[in-house]
Amino acid sequence: MNFELLFQLLLNGLIVGTLYGVVAMCFVLIYKSTQIVNFAQGEFLLIGAWVCYAFLVEMHMPFWLGFLFTLLFMMAFGIVLQMVVLRPMIGEPIISVIMVTIGLSIFFQAATKWIFGATTATYPQVFETRSVNLLGMQIETAYIMSFVISLFIMAGFYWFFKYSKLGLAMRATAFDQQVAQSLGISVKTVFAMSWAISALVSGVAGIVIGMVNGVSSALSVIGIKVFPAVILGGLDSIIGAIVGGVIIGLLENTAEFVDGQYLHWGNLFSIAPFYVLIIILCIKPYGLFGTKDIERI
Amino acid sequence: MAGFSIRPCGDFRTTYRQDTRIFDTTYIRNAAILGIFAVAMIPFVLDGYYVNLFIQISYFAIAALGLNILVGFTGQISLGHAAFFGFGAFASAWINNTTGIPVLLSIPLAGLMTAAVGMLFGLPAARIKGLYLAIATLAAQFILEDFFARAEWFTGGSYGAAANPVNVFGYEVLDDFSFFYVCLFFLVVMYLLGTNLMRTRDGRAFVAVRDHYLSAEIMGINLTKYRLMSFAISSFYAGVGGAMYGHYLGFVSAEGFTILLSIQFLGMIIIGGLGSVKGTLMGTVFMVLLPEVMETGVSALSVFEWANSTAVTDGLAYIKEMAIGLAIILFLIFEPDGLAHRWQQIRAYWKLYPFSY
Repeated sequence: MNFELLFQLLLNGLIVGTLYGVVAMCFVLIYKSTQIVNFAQGEFLLIGAWVCYAFLVEMHMPFWLGFLFTLLFMMAFGIVLQMVVLRPMIGEPIISVIMVTIGLSIFFQAATKWIFGATTATYPQVFETRSVNLLGMQIETAYIMSFVISLFIMAGFYWFFKYSKLGLAMRATAFDQQVAQSLGISVKTVFAMSWAISALVSGVAGIVIGMVNGVSSALSVIGIKVFPAVILGGLDSIIGAIVGGVIIGLLENTAEFVDGQYLHWGNLFSIAPFYVLIIILCIKPYGLFGTKDIERI
Repeated sequence: MAGFSIRPCGDFRTTYRQDTRIFDTTYIRNAAILGIFAVAMIPFVLDGYYVNLFIQISYFAIAALGLNILVGFTGQISLGHAAFFGFGAFASAWINNTTGIPVLLSIPLAGLMTAAVGMLFGLPAARIKGLYLAIATLAAQFILEDFFARAEWFTGGSYGAAANPVNVFGYEVLDDFSFFYVCLFFLVVMYLLGTNLMRTRDGRAFVAVRDHYLSAEIMGINLTKYRLMSFAISSFYAGVGGAMYGHYLGFVSAEGFTILLSIQFLGMIIIGGLGSVKGTLMGTVFMVLLPEVMETGVSALSVFEWANSTAVTDGLAYIKEMAIGLAIILFLIFEPDGLAHRWQQIRAYWKLYPFSY
């Protein structure tokens, strides 16, 4: 048994898992406040990464400025998307809502391929050193930065929902839309803001992953990897999303270890989360932290 | 079945039998039969390009009808239909290659095999619904795709599998011209079966499950049984469609059955109209013709400077993909009931013209 490799992969899994957790959190945020399942979450990452790339490389901006502009762009993008496409969908059956986001997903995926090309692009070097030595492990600086940024985003979410006025309004809306509306909360604003925040944070995650792996349409796969994570954690639980993301990240890398060392099947790591997903759905459909909804006639 | 329809004066229904007829009036029935004959004339009148388009429409339409039975009639969401379509293609080729059963028989057999696989992945549907089911079928899509790439005994792995041409009583169907009639035969049979299914007890049970599953259960409908049955029938259709696809191309490769195709199937039934057999056909025609029309449109625009640029000509594949996504979004926003509903409205308009109220 190769302990060093296992440890390296587990560390890798933890870092990737926190990123999954962040994206899953954005997914849950939209689901919780607007009851919309966003199949285009992966495309948010893709768009964020490409827009930042365009600012940095095509327009030669310094990193911090390009990053800031990307954040603004993603925020506006989320609001416009919600207003133009998702608002007419309120009250429609679930299949329509799912299909609209799926339609958005293929539209944006094709659009980014058309505009930016299908080849992988790399960001200009942001850090001086490529990797640092931590506890005898060689870890890429970008990985550490992604881990730190993920933790930072999670803390930000915690603060936002616990203390800020808008965050409280969003929690109230998620709890009961009609009650929230009668208390003077603008549900429209809350819907738009939840899409804006989700797009913004996903965009940041996209940039971070783009720095590590390069920007290409493969980024949007993360949007699909998010499903096992949120189902495992429970669809309407933010804590569950983080826990689920980390577990799926660890699971993927464990599967890679088992596959590489013993089984030699090939791509077990990319398919293992989906087997887990099916098993969870059969045993515990509402996940670890999700609320079980009771239906009455 | 049809719900809202405008019937001629004095045509009353006095028995349930009359009320559940496939065709509302004798005129519609005659028109449908004439329509089939007209379609059968296509190879004599139009050239090979259109025959090829029709063949594409027919195998996609069969699979899409299966999806509509699952989504439109039973209210279960499936994002993995392309995987079942692909499974049917591989299964038929495998049955034919290993056992020597004639292709015409191996196509329905492949459908049955796919139905079994569909039931396996439909098992979670016994407990979950809506969004959870959508995600479970999404997982089925990826697991089956992975299986296609891995199971070399079944699919030939990354090399793909060869599929023999259709053989009708010793006569080999090699060209599009004769395959067209095989397609037409399967299309008509499968659509008649589909329409008839909706007139049976089981079909009504599907609709009850869709409309309110709790009430349906209280009325004595076995939810697990009917959900699984719906998955099985849907996969059967997908399998038959896929098998025809495989035998038409003569070669099945694992790359063709991605999530994008699943989404296209969903697009077909949404554009056509959920819960409408006729709409399924319309939606399929729309979805198959859309890229073709885009291509013709772009080449017609090439007289302009901007349309000749490399951005447009090289990006044509992406433009087509964008058009599919956009069509789905626009239909959901502006015409959620699909083309079938629009068709009803057009008919009602002309029937009542000029006094439309």
